[in-house]
Amino acid sequence: MSLLEVRDLRVSYGGIEALKGISFDVEEGEIVTLIGANGAGKSTTLKSISGLVPAASGTIRYNGEEIQNIDSQKVVERGISLVPEGRKVFPNLTVKENLLIGAYLRKNKAEIQRDLEQIYDLFPRLEERHWQAAGTLSGGEQQMLAVGRGLMADPHLLMLDEPSLGLAPQLVRDIFTIIERIHDMGKTVLLIEQNANAALKIANKAYVLATGEITKSGAGRELLDDQDVKDAYLGVQTTVAG
Amino acid sequence: MDQIVKRNKYSRYLSLAFLLLAFIALFWLESNKARYGMAVSVIQKSLIFSVVAVSMNLLNGFTGLFSLGQAGFMAIGAYVTAVLTIPLERVDGVYYMKGLAPWVRSVKEALSILPEPLLIIFALLVGGFVAGVFAFLIGIPVLRLKSDYLAIATLGFSEIVRAIISSPQLDQVTNGSYGLKNIPGFGVTKAGGSLPVGTGSLLIPFMFAFASIAFIVLVINSSFGRAFKAIREDEVAAEAMGINLLKHKQYAFIISSVITAMAGGMLAMYMRSIDARAFSVTMTYDILLIVVIGGLGSVTGSVLGAFIVTFSKDWFLRFFDAPLVIGGFQVPLLRIGFRMVVFSILLMLVVLFYRKGLMGSSEFSWGGLIGRFQRRKGRPAPEHTVRSHYPDPPPVRPAPLIPDPPGEKKGEEDGHDK
Repeated sequence: MSLLEVRDLRVSYGGIEALKGISFDVEEGEIVTLIGANGAGKSTTLKSISGLVPAASGTIRYNGEEIQNIDSQKVVERGISLVPEGRKVFPNLTVKENLLIGAYLRKNKAEIQRDLEQIYDLFPRLEERHWQAAGTLSGGEQQMLAVGRGLMADPHLLMLDEPSLGLAPQLVRDIFTIIERIHDMGKTVLLIEQNANAALKIANKAYVLATGEITKSGAGRELLDDQDVKDAYLGVQTTVAG
Repeated sequence: MDQIVKRNKYSRYLSLAFLLLAFIALFWLESNKARYGMAVSVIQKSLIFSVVAVSMNLLNGFTGLFSLGQAGFMAIGAYVTAVLTIPLERVDGVYYMKGLAPWVRSVKEALSILPEPLLIIFALLVGGFVAGVFAFLIGIPVLRLKSDYLAIATLGFSEIVRAIISSPQLDQVTNGSYGLKNIPGFGVTKAGGSLPVGTGSLLIPFMFAFASIAFIVLVINSSFGRAFKAIREDEVAAEAMGINLLKHKQYAFIISSVITAMAGGMLAMYMRSIDARAFSVTMTYDILLIVVIGGLGSVTGSVLGAFIVTFSKDWFLRFFDAPLVIGGFQVPLLRIGFRMVVFSILLMLVVLFYRKGLMGSSEFSWGGLIGRFQRRKGRPAPEHTVRSHYPDPPPVRPAPLIPDPPGEKKGEEDGHDK
């Protein structure tokens, strides 16, 4: 049994079908990535797993339990945490307050403190700036904060929505290193990326999403060598269009 | 770090000393009430409005819910308190038109076993409770609305409350449009008792204000309050963190309404006679002004704003209303009502040039005050005083993630801290 099983998931926004019945699995302890162009439905997939947008039909199973269309609060309680697209840190709260909100549903103070220190280890910059308003951080720091905040929920499955969006190449590399470190901490990671190249390199398994449907799947390295994927998403021009 | 701990301790002593000083000053004022009647009355009103402003700030400044229902909740609190506390022997004089409804009379008779101070506290609590129930019911549909729509809906609620209170159908309970009078005031108001007249007239509202504001501050600083602020900042992100939006908005709305209603009860005691017309939209705007002048998202700002606005409106600017003749020359414009013109101009100036209010979103801190003086002497301000929650616009500084020169300037933001 997979940790997360999505079967025939459909989501529509006011008549427009964003997801036309997608199915995929996330195995325990893997890094799984969904790649695809703008508007392919990547973010929608994560949002509907988180309970932020309702699923029209289909099932989402987590640990064998159906979780489609339950409250986002219950999704977080079950151990799925989302790092939303575009960082969405709370700009006027301090870095520390941002992190503590990530742990909002947790009660054990000692564990929260332990995780806070763990995150400061992972991102020393956040500790340095813990008293600073999150809005005053740089883009890269804000992304680190968003990831840290997601980790503060102590998730089993961490979902990252375009963590490299709008970051300088150096920072993109940092982010992917950090994702691998999070994976080494024992977290399962579901990653959405437009930067298909970097994502496929670290992913155990990858799915290609195009206009609401999964068109291809396979091991990350495998897709990296796939001709269609290369053409469509990796920016490697190998065939002449005619 | 040690220095910060020491400083925090230091500011606790300073705050305690300040409270003690305020306590003594208020006690002195109220024991000389006859001479300082104006000051006593203005301070009473300021204290009440600081509570209302802080509870409005909890909604508008901390949770990001633009609600304009304050006057309605105050009216609920004021009327419940008034109906329950008007002495039984004077009821017939108050309800001289239609008489008091029998069920209200029997409730009042049942409550007459309580001594007056307890009865007042009980009445305030009942007022808060009734407002809380209303807030809960209204909140279910209304809190799903966003920004301006929420403001319009709550404003509408407030007007409905006012209309219902003054409706002829409720003549036997609220005395309809005739208003209520003979509401007991603060402290000892009748001569001849064991305590001199005026005892408690300032300390009682002071303690009430202190307790209510302390409660709201505790809420704001709890993990609950952090969730409120997260909702204000970004609803989607807050929801993704597992914060139930509607539930938390409900909590904020109910807490704010209960405290507003209790302050409304205090206002009834301050005015001694109330009329539904007093609780119109204008009152909500007055409170909104206090909140904006003080700074959205700053508790101390709201308190400061309440005192400044009430003092200037009811006292300092009064001379604008009196005609003034200097050496046979009648100074133009000075006449009854001119005060409000000046007040409005001041307001415009505040909104134009001091948009974030007096405190911005920072809180008053002794460290900040001391830091200001130190900076004037050329020393850097202590960095822990920076607690800006609501800069406008959020200063996003592009800076590289890893390389950053150590010891960069952090003092700039201290400017908000007063």
